[in-house]
Amino acid sequence: MKILVCMKQVPQKDAPLKLNESATWVREDVGYEINEPDAYALEAALQLKEKNGGEVVAISAGPARAQTVLREALAKGADRAIHLEDDKFVTLDAFNIARAMAAAIKDEAFDLVLTGLQSDDYGYAQTGVLLAELLGWAHATIIMQVEAKDGGIRVKRELESGYFQHVEMPLPAVLTIQSGIGKLRYATLIGIKQAKNKPLRKVSYDEVAASLRPNQLTIEKLYVPKKTKQTEVIQGTPSEVAKKLVAKLRDELRVI
Amino acid sequence: MALKFRGFDLVEFDTLLSEDEQLVRSTARQFVEDNLLPIIEICNREGRFPRELVAPLGELGFFGPTLEGYGCAGMSNVEYGLIMQELERGDSGLRSFCSVQSSLVMYPIYTFGSEEQKTRWLEPMARGTKLGCFGLTEPDAGSNPGAMRTRAASTADGYVLNGEKMWITSGSIADVAVVWAKSDEHGGKVRGFLVETDRPGFRAEDVHGKWSLRASVTSSLSLSDVKIPKENLLPRTEGLKSALMCLNQARYGIAWGVLGAAMACYDTALQYAQFRKQFRDQPIAGHQLVQEKLVWMASEISKAQLLALQVGRLKDQGKAQHFHISLAKRNNVWMALECARMARDILGANGIADEYPVFRHLANLESVKTYEGTHDIHTLILGAAITGIDAF
Repeated sequence: MKILVCMKQVPQKDAPLKLNESATWVREDVGYEINEPDAYALEAALQLKEKNGGEVVAISAGPARAQTVLREALAKGADRAIHLEDDKFVTLDAFNIARAMAAAIKDEAFDLVLTGLQSDDYGYAQTGVLLAELLGWAHATIIMQVEAKDGGIRVKRELESGYFQHVEMPLPAVLTIQSGIGKLRYATLIGIKQAKNKPLRKVSYDEVAASLRPNQLTIEKLYVPKKTKQTEVIQGTPSEVAKKLVAKLRDELRVI
Repeated sequence: MALKFRGFDLVEFDTLLSEDEQLVRSTARQFVEDNLLPIIEICNREGRFPRELVAPLGELGFFGPTLEGYGCAGMSNVEYGLIMQELERGDSGLRSFCSVQSSLVMYPIYTFGSEEQKTRWLEPMARGTKLGCFGLTEPDAGSNPGAMRTRAASTADGYVLNGEKMWITSGSIADVAVVWAKSDEHGGKVRGFLVETDRPGFRAEDVHGKWSLRASVTSSLSLSDVKIPKENLLPRTEGLKSALMCLNQARYGIAWGVLGAAMACYDTALQYAQFRKQFRDQPIAGHQLVQEKLVWMASEISKAQLLALQVGRLKDQGKAQHFHISLAKRNNVWMALECARMARDILGANGIADEYPVFRHLANLESVKTYEGTHDIHTLILGAAITGIDAF
């Protein structure tokens, strides 16, 4: 099975939020990490490969720094990587990222594309689904388990309220993987060493530019939420306080 | 209260590291975060070595990582140092265990051993299925190992070892001991011997009542007419110098390791000072005397980081001298211990409880200051290097 794993580099979850000057995105000088659901997508892909053989290829779109994500994927066991490298990829919406990725893999024949169900920064949950549409493949979302079955796959989807759905699908297909579905492996030292010799193909912005369209989504403004709740301390003797409190609850808040 | 470590980098130190070096560090950091931190306080209370972590550490390649072949990864010394830093951010005891396995047992087998010895021991030790210990120190021979009493007498088919070794990390859990003894066959010169710990006459007794390194095993070894075959001599050992070469490997790792302990103490103290309020409802981080302590710690850690990295780069170029390593070990352990003491101050009464890692690090670092060449001995090594005059 030839599997592509789409991985995104996102600002670290617990890093303090620093906005850029135009307040449209975070500044470059924050810490970055692998988008968590994508790490689980990679793990699922590596497990499929261990069971069924094949190849795992990691792909990411972003500036030079995003290569770290691919290096880590290679160190954990991916066979090769594709880096759509340009600062401009940061400004693309999910629709265009999916288009760029589809263009970058047009000469390859993957059986399966896995990606995290959403990113920890934008949280659109769109890239995988749009990529399936562009490729003309079947897709399923919020996947917790994948196994090969009769030339296709059988997947377990997470529904609401603790319900699950089992779906059998043909290949090729795109799956978006849920976070926390198993234990992530570590990059071993031998793996890190071997990753140095694994192929990493770079794709420039120009190579995929013809496939891109105007963004359908633009971020107008980002801001740190302002505190809007205010605490008011009611002063006075107990009976006065009680009277004022009742008045507030009845007249202002209308809860009694 | 578990405060999540936020990393430490005041001088853009990370820009001096390669992508691979950062990946090695983040792997080690994540491993410690996931596997050691959740259990370390209980291990420390109970005086229990977390043996369950040995196999996973082996899988990651953390034993003998700088060696080439025999299942070892052949990493750089800087990468090795970063692993030590992260392990010791967890606990000096686990770092000590890894130091001993890698620098004091695998390194001498790799450097001084025969091909048969390497083939027999290195791969299982890299996996963690065989453990080792290093027997140099004796009850009456600490800073002056030349005064050791352990003897190897040659017989027709091997050697008979007699003696006592003390303060031996991993002594009672080891499968093999690298024992240093004066060998009558070699004119009383110190040589290294591999002693399987199941040989008759070999006994290891744990040291109990330790206030420090409670999550690692410390033992005394007694060798009473222990017979070993000729092929257990480490053939390329040449006097005490060979033992000191091993110690230099371990000391180098310590210079990095203690950075981790210092970072843990500093970051805990900083976070505590930011939420602990005293006087006018103000966080104590806004108090001048507290800031002075935090600034001292941050400055010293930054300097020590650069020192460790420079010695690591020298080591990778084959240019590190013994006094470079003494300089880094001496300075960095001292500064880490001072950081732990200051962090304890900042945490006030909370600093003495194992709800926070500070006192554990403080107690551990008291050992680290003494072992692998005491602070004072390193002063004398540096003194001799600078002046050309031995003061000991």
